[in-house]
Amino acid sequence: MRRLNPKKAELIAKGVLLLFAGTAVLALVAIVGYVVVKGIGVINLEFLFGRPRSMGREGGILPFIISSIYLTAISLLVSIPLGLCSAIYLTEYTTEGWATRAIRFGVDCLAGVPSIVLGLFGFMFFVKLLNFSWSILSGSLTVSLMILPFIIRSSEEAIRAVPQSYREVAFATGGTKWQSVTRVVLPCALPGIMTGIVLAIGKCVGETASVIFTAGTSLRIPGSIFDSGRTLAIHFYLLVRETGASDMAYGSAATLLISILIVNFFAYWLMRRFIARVS
Amino acid sequence: MVETGKSEPQKIIARNFSFSYGSQPALKGITLHVCTNEIFTVIGPSRSGKTTFLKCLNRMNDAIANTSKSGELLLDGRSVFDKDVDVAELRRRLGMVFAVPVALPKSIYNNLALGPRMRGILRKKRLDEIVERSLKAAYLWEEVKDRLHTSARNLSGGQQQRLCLARAMALEPEVLLLDEPCSGLDPVSTRKIEEALLELKNRYTIILVTNITAQAARVGDRTAFFLMGELIECDATETIFTHPSNERTADYLTGKFG
Amino acid sequence: MSLTKDRLVSPILFAIACFSIAALFVIGLFIFVEGLPIMIKVGVWKFIGSTDWSPLEGKFGILAMIAGSLAVAAGTLVVAVPFGVGCAIYLSEFASKRAVTLIKPAVELLFAIPSVVYGFVGVLFIVPFVREYLGGAGHGFCILTASFVLGIRVLPVIVGISVDALQAVPKVYRDGSLALGATKWQTTTMVTLRAARSGILAGVILGMASVIGETMAVIMVIGNAVVMPNSPLDSVRTLTSNIALEMGYAEGDHRQALFATGVVLFIITMILNTLTRYVTRSRVGKKK
Repeated sequence: MRRLNPKKAELIAKGVLLLFAGTAVLALVAIVGYVVVKGIGVINLEFLFGRPRSMGREGGILPFIISSIYLTAISLLVSIPLGLCSAIYLTEYTTEGWATRAIRFGVDCLAGVPSIVLGLFGFMFFVKLLNFSWSILSGSLTVSLMILPFIIRSSEEAIRAVPQSYREVAFATGGTKWQSVTRVVLPCALPGIMTGIVLAIGKCVGETASVIFTAGTSLRIPGSIFDSGRTLAIHFYLLVRETGASDMAYGSAATLLISILIVNFFAYWLMRRFIARVS
Repeated sequence: MVETGKSEPQKIIARNFSFSYGSQPALKGITLHVCTNEIFTVIGPSRSGKTTFLKCLNRMNDAIANTSKSGELLLDGRSVFDKDVDVAELRRRLGMVFAVPVALPKSIYNNLALGPRMRGILRKKRLDEIVERSLKAAYLWEEVKDRLHTSARNLSGGQQQRLCLARAMALEPEVLLLDEPCSGLDPVSTRKIEEALLELKNRYTIILVTNITAQAARVGDRTAFFLMGELIECDATETIFTHPSNERTADYLTGKFG
Repeated sequence: MSLTKDRLVSPILFAIACFSIAALFVIGLFIFVEGLPIMIKVGVWKFIGSTDWSPLEGKFGILAMIAGSLAVAAGTLVVAVPFGVGCAIYLSEFASKRAVTLIKPAVELLFAIPSVVYGFVGVLFIVPFVREYLGGAGHGFCILTASFVLGIRVLPVIVGISVDALQAVPKVYRDGSLALGATKWQTTTMVTLRAARSGILAGVILGMASVIGETMAVIMVIGNAVVMPNSPLDSVRTLTSNIALEMGYAEGDHRQALFATGVVLFIITMILNTLTRYVTRSRVGKKK
């Protein structure tokens, strides 16, 4: 077989790769663009703040938005302290040994558990065993297991990025280990940690498989965390199953995507601030 | 390894002090003393153990695993490695300034207030006093007094180093440990710092590690010459520079090596 | 005072850090406790090896679902690996800084889109497309469709890890090759890629684990018929969609069988995750 001139080969390769990368961007724009364009017409104040009618096939999506917010808030409330403390321990308080390796293994495996399996666990444990029944509480506790590894990882990265010289200054200035962590390392790592948290919000909002058997599908606005509530993502899934590509479906999807996009752009902005701080 | 000094109170004493990183010896049998309210300069080529010596004094080397030491290091007659020494308190008494200025990503004010706050001083008035006093002592007050709450990262290199000096002084220490504080600074900033030090020795005992022998000649009262972890000679600065008793000292000072 | 407080901090943080392993253990325990009895009742080999899934008759064989999951994973990898590694190579080796700031976030955003939306778009566009032009027993709801949809969904995982692996290759390797007169492309294929291959492999395995764990996007486009896959155009059911579809109304033995399916899923993803660590650790070993 005739050997291609290496320079020519490179040109072709570059072209193909650019095509790949371009297709990825195109896919994103196409998916997001299509859904948002089709759905944005449906979104108005009545849609966002109104109640659903005929089993959710018409009307507004207020209860679902509120359920999503509730669920996300409680999940964060549970997983942020747990995750941050774990990350602090793994970075500041240990040297690499079998204990840290075991913990990291646990975190990585937890990250790998499929969301539907977590949903099963949540159903068995929170809904049935602890008798929380189908509720925001059950749902958010399950989702917090989902995002915990993510928060641990991103917090760890943020804390590691803090230059060692900062810690040395803290010690030389007469600080204890805990003081160096709370007064120097954490404040410096904060935007990076926040970025992780903000991205976790995006994940919570989109979670379906782990929520569907734990938080229930009630159409009402949940009065407390013990009430059942249908999140926007679940509502969207049920809508598609029952009504196909209806206006309501597009509207819900668009709302979902727009919120996630806003959340992600906020995270990028935070990340830039963080990089400016530690460099 | 002869050392002579004035018969004044001895703030810091090292007796046959040795220190190793794992199997690598860094300091071998150092015996010297530092008098109160003097500028004690330590000179020598790189890797002589100068920085290690400083870091042993304020126990910054505690964080490093697998080290071993022998001999004594005394501050005011008490070993710094004593069991009931509060390390945080020790580091407050021995304020350290590193070679590379490290301005924390906080405001100038908060950089300086960090130490006092960690000690438990929380009243704003007291903190204000400390901040102003330290900045004045470091000859930095005039340049930053109008922007105390802006980020310290915006200061120039020389200003940042003076900030670090002020930060050390905000601890109200007794001794200042300066590790090549003027490396990488322009001559003007260097002079400002040296002037500050000459002023400060009235209040503090200062140990200054420097790679610039001329700097030792300019500001040092007594000078020690370290070479490969050993103390070769320690005497009044003038003696060391004009008629050193050890041949290696003479060679280093005349630039035959280093 | 502050010293004692400081000494308390370490064990407290340790206890909190162990929460993850504890949680993992509890999750595994519960799933096993719920699922194992039915597996033993039916017979473990029969459970895994039989294609007969008829809950109403008490027959629980998940072989068809295992095959379905594996088929989808394989199909997705065929789509996502060339695509993903290609993007990664472009991002790491050839893209200008401006291009990177455009493409990298775009790829990361692909991961942020919820899988239900992927399923939705898949149903709207890819299903009819496949049905029109490729036909098949699944009428568009088939492995091929799922592979396309999931291929895009899992792309960011592969791209992310591959880019890291490529970036981790020391610059001197590339410089050495270029100094010998090789073009950038030759350097990439013969030097950089080879050096990064275990990292990329780890990314691929992780991507595979991710696909096997996917539920919502799969359910909407795969047809969910309990059959052994014969062609990419067949409609199949995966382990995940099995659970999601029937959990809503399952009772007694049926419900336990779904938990048992969860056990199998858990074990598979656990194996894949361990494999990933093994692959990356051997790379670290080699480097030293």
